[in-house]
Amino acid sequence: MLSCKHIMTMDDLTPEDIVTILDTADSFKEVNERRIKKLPTLRGRTVVNLFLEPSTRTRTSFEIAAKRLSADGLNFTASASATVKGESLRDTAATLSAMACDLVVVRHKYAGAPQMLAECMDAHIVNGGDGVNQHPTQALLDLFTMREKLGHLEGLTVGIVGDICHSRVAGSLVPALRKVGARPIIIAPKMLMPARPDILGAEVAYSLDEVLPELDVAYMLRVQFERAAQMPFPSNREYARFYGMNAARLGSAKPGMIVMHPGPMNRGVEISSEVADSPRSHVLDQVNAGVAVRMAVMYLLLGGADSGAAA
Amino acid sequence: MALLLKGGRVIDPEVGLDAVCDVLIRDGVIVEIGTDLKMAKGETVDCAEKIVLPGLVDVHTHLREPGQEYKETIASGTRAAAHGGFTAVCAMPNTDPVCDTGSKVRFIVERASDAGVVRVHPIGAVTKGQKGEGLAEIGDMLGEGAVAFSDDGHPIASAGMTRVAMDYLKGFGATLISHAEEAELSGGGVVNEGVVSTRLGLPGWPSAAEEVMVARDIRLAELTGCRLHLAHLSTARSVQLVREAKARGIAVTCEVTPHHLFLDEDGLLGYDTNLKMNPPLRTAEDRAALIEAVVDGTVDCIATDHAPHAPHEKELEFELAPFGTTGLETALSLVNTHLVATEKLSWADVARLMAHGPRAALGLPAVTLEAGITADITIVDPEARVEVTREWFYSNSCNSAFLGNKLLGKASDVLIGGYFALRNGKVVE
Repeated sequence: MLSCKHIMTMDDLTPEDIVTILDTADSFKEVNERRIKKLPTLRGRTVVNLFLEPSTRTRTSFEIAAKRLSADGLNFTASASATVKGESLRDTAATLSAMACDLVVVRHKYAGAPQMLAECMDAHIVNGGDGVNQHPTQALLDLFTMREKLGHLEGLTVGIVGDICHSRVAGSLVPALRKVGARPIIIAPKMLMPARPDILGAEVAYSLDEVLPELDVAYMLRVQFERAAQMPFPSNREYARFYGMNAARLGSAKPGMIVMHPGPMNRGVEISSEVADSPRSHVLDQVNAGVAVRMAVMYLLLGGADSGAAA
Repeated sequence: MALLLKGGRVIDPEVGLDAVCDVLIRDGVIVEIGTDLKMAKGETVDCAEKIVLPGLVDVHTHLREPGQEYKETIASGTRAAAHGGFTAVCAMPNTDPVCDTGSKVRFIVERASDAGVVRVHPIGAVTKGQKGEGLAEIGDMLGEGAVAFSDDGHPIASAGMTRVAMDYLKGFGATLISHAEEAELSGGGVVNEGVVSTRLGLPGWPSAAEEVMVARDIRLAELTGCRLHLAHLSTARSVQLVREAKARGIAVTCEVTPHHLFLDEDGLLGYDTNLKMNPPLRTAEDRAALIEAVVDGTVDCIATDHAPHAPHEKELEFELAPFGTTGLETALSLVNTHLVATEKLSWADVARLMAHGPRAALGLPAVTLEAGITADITIVDPEARVEVTREWFYSNSCNSAFLGNKLLGKASDVLIGGYFALRNGKVVE
């Protein structure tokens, strides 16, 4: 079991919680490789995917995870919901609470939405991404993939490259790496950095090429063109030249360095097609891990052990 | 009608007064200040253990009427002001419609005289609709009773427009109140850029966005000779710029708010929208520098930036909620609790910062404690205990950053022209 009721930020999780989640996800991953990928564990429990910002992959991942654990999952999306009629998030939360949901996964355009839900309802809250703040299950699935591919987490040097200031992925991954004893370095031009990267506990570099030889993982962030009317760098071409992962850079990295990306990729910007499609890239392994990790999170939060074995 | 304020500690640094004595008021005017005063008939008010000050004035109040009466009205806002010990407030023009013509100023003056319980001095917009493009009818507004001009809430982006406004205001001897914010730098920011913006994943509003505008407006005040008043300064560098400008003899004054003096970004642990302000709460170092500037005289006024909002507006996602906290009812108690009771300021300093400084900044007639002057007087019980709860407010809104605080000291009585607006802590209807 976990030490927390909700997973809103990485601060909610202790290092032991993280190991528990990753170990539990290991056993669920095995389930996902069976022909019949379903367990009765969360039968009768209700999981709501409250997605108030467009999302396909994260929502689908949580939805599959809920179905594989036999939970009753339902989607509450922005276009279909009352929010377009002007309902406040608090009222939406109160409404869902009145329907006695057990767990709510929330994705929202604004930071702090999970905390607001947690104040208004009894259900467990899982943050599926709030504004540019945090996306903890993404960080957990990233740790899972790193551990699976490299065998351990402690001591790994992980370069997180690119659009840090718009990235809730970086917002969760940096503290997550710190908690498991890895060494995060954030690498970006200064205008794509948060104001105080030092308090996140990451080292800072402005040059990818300078730190590249030290990296065990190159984590290429998606440039979030949708979050800024105009990106502050001169051109995609120049961005790719200084901050993109390409075959030449792979050549000057450690031979065992792996490349990761949270998706969806901007090919030719932060990652070249050659790298994206190479065996060094583990983008699809991350997607695969996402289902197992989200199953683990739901199972552990909803006290699944009381209602049946994990696997 | 005669009124005798008996045995209070009467303090007014403008006339060199700080003594336990009596104040005799007849027909709304102070007639004598001295010991053992007698009157033939009239009402005696026991002021023992109380502080008697020249009436406090708030130079930065959002009364919201016309147009946003669900947040506050002239009636409710002036009751809140009386409750907080103020005899007058200066009403910011960002109402709906914007107060940018003489007739809109006249509406506020007339409404205040019908429904208000303290004096209301309207502040007119500098530009039409506060859009920053063309001058509003400043002369006309002055004629109807406007006391100063500001595009508060909508800083004037154009340096050229600001210069034109200052040139024009200079001719009338009127003050421009600047909301110093370079919007391209603060753009979209909701908390101080730095630790809190990084930790909470919220857009940051950097100190520099205020400081570049403070520097610009000080330089333009120097160029034009117009009196400049800088609203709600929030950073160490801003008050240092003012300190330097004053040393150079430029006609600049400034205010700070109780929330910037007594709160800082370290209190923003979660997403409490009552702590969302414009400018945002800054660092502990900024806060210390503001207090130092209050103590050393760089700061002319403590002003509330009283900004009422309805619960349905504040109970939103942090980025969507409006900026502001109410402040009229808590300002004096906060100043006493944190600055007077801790001996950083004297009561004479409070008179300077909350009565004389504000009036001088906007060129309002002085209110002093001496014979022949209209009796606008604030009486403070420095030992009163206050607990700030939602029910305690006279304001229509309760979006206070200080909810739950236990404070020391409270205005017990407020006299305006010799009439009680507040009596024994209760607003007089």
